Amino acid sequence: MAQKPMKIRAWMDGERAMVKAIIFHPMETGLRKDQKTGKKIPEHFIKEVICKHGNKTVLNCLWGTAVSKNPFMSFRFNGAKSGDTVSINWVDNQGNKESTEAKIK
Amino acid sequence: MNQSRRTFLKASLAVGTVAIAVGGGLLAPSRVMAAQWSSAAFAATSMEAALTSLEGISKTEASAAIKVDAPDIAENGAVVSIGIETSLSGAESISVLIPNNASPLAAKYVLGKDTDGFINLRVKMRKTSDVVAVVKSNGKLFSAKKAVKVTLGGCGG
Repeated sequence: MAQKPMKIRAWMDGERAMVKAIIFHPMETGLRKDQKTGKKIPEHFIKEVICKHGNKTVLNCLWGTAVSKNPFMSFRFNGAKSGDTVSINWVDNQGNKESTEAKIK
Repeated sequence: MNQSRRTFLKASLAVGTVAIAVGGGLLAPSRVMAAQWSSAAFAATSMEAALTSLEGISKTEASAAIKVDAPDIAENGAVVSIGIETSLSGAESISVLIPNNASPLAAKYVLGKDTDGFINLRVKMRKTSDVVAVVKSNGKLFSAKKAVKVTLGGCGG
């Protein structure tokens, strides 16, 4: 399945770095039914998202199916400067992975 | 109700409660992949059970140092924006629970040392419910909540 890339925006908000990201993912709960076939759509959701500043993990997200489709997230952390790299890695329950980087503005 | 579903439900009952069997059974193959991701916590049907399997304790203390920002009325339960901010020192993690969802635990965020106690996310809500933020700090759990009225549920089914 062709995945659209995720979008990351990172910038300095005073002393702190602010990160906002959207990951394009269906986040199926496993409860919905296909309207045409009546069969249940299998669960397909992101389980873990690891956000790094350089090599240091700043945020580790564990998600369940209650997180919305095309998940949005934002967070803040200290100790960064303009030009540093922020990366976001995710893995879903079907083993798909994606990793994207952004520079802090 | 089709036949295969009936059979499946019967089989599930033999194992344990329906909810745990459905959650645990479907999630089991991928459990090995992410060590920290707890299928028991995410499949739990009560807040207490979810917290117990997530943190080892279920006792939370209401705290004014946690702010839950969510709409009073959510027209679409599939996308409810939630912001959580805490000024508690030494906050290790922020968990988001929705007691009236089939599985209350929506997400857990493990904070790095330099990360602020500040998280935004969007969640699905089956029906009107509180949104509970649980912050772990110095081995204790602190919580705050906000009631959100949902006019259209967002968990399908």
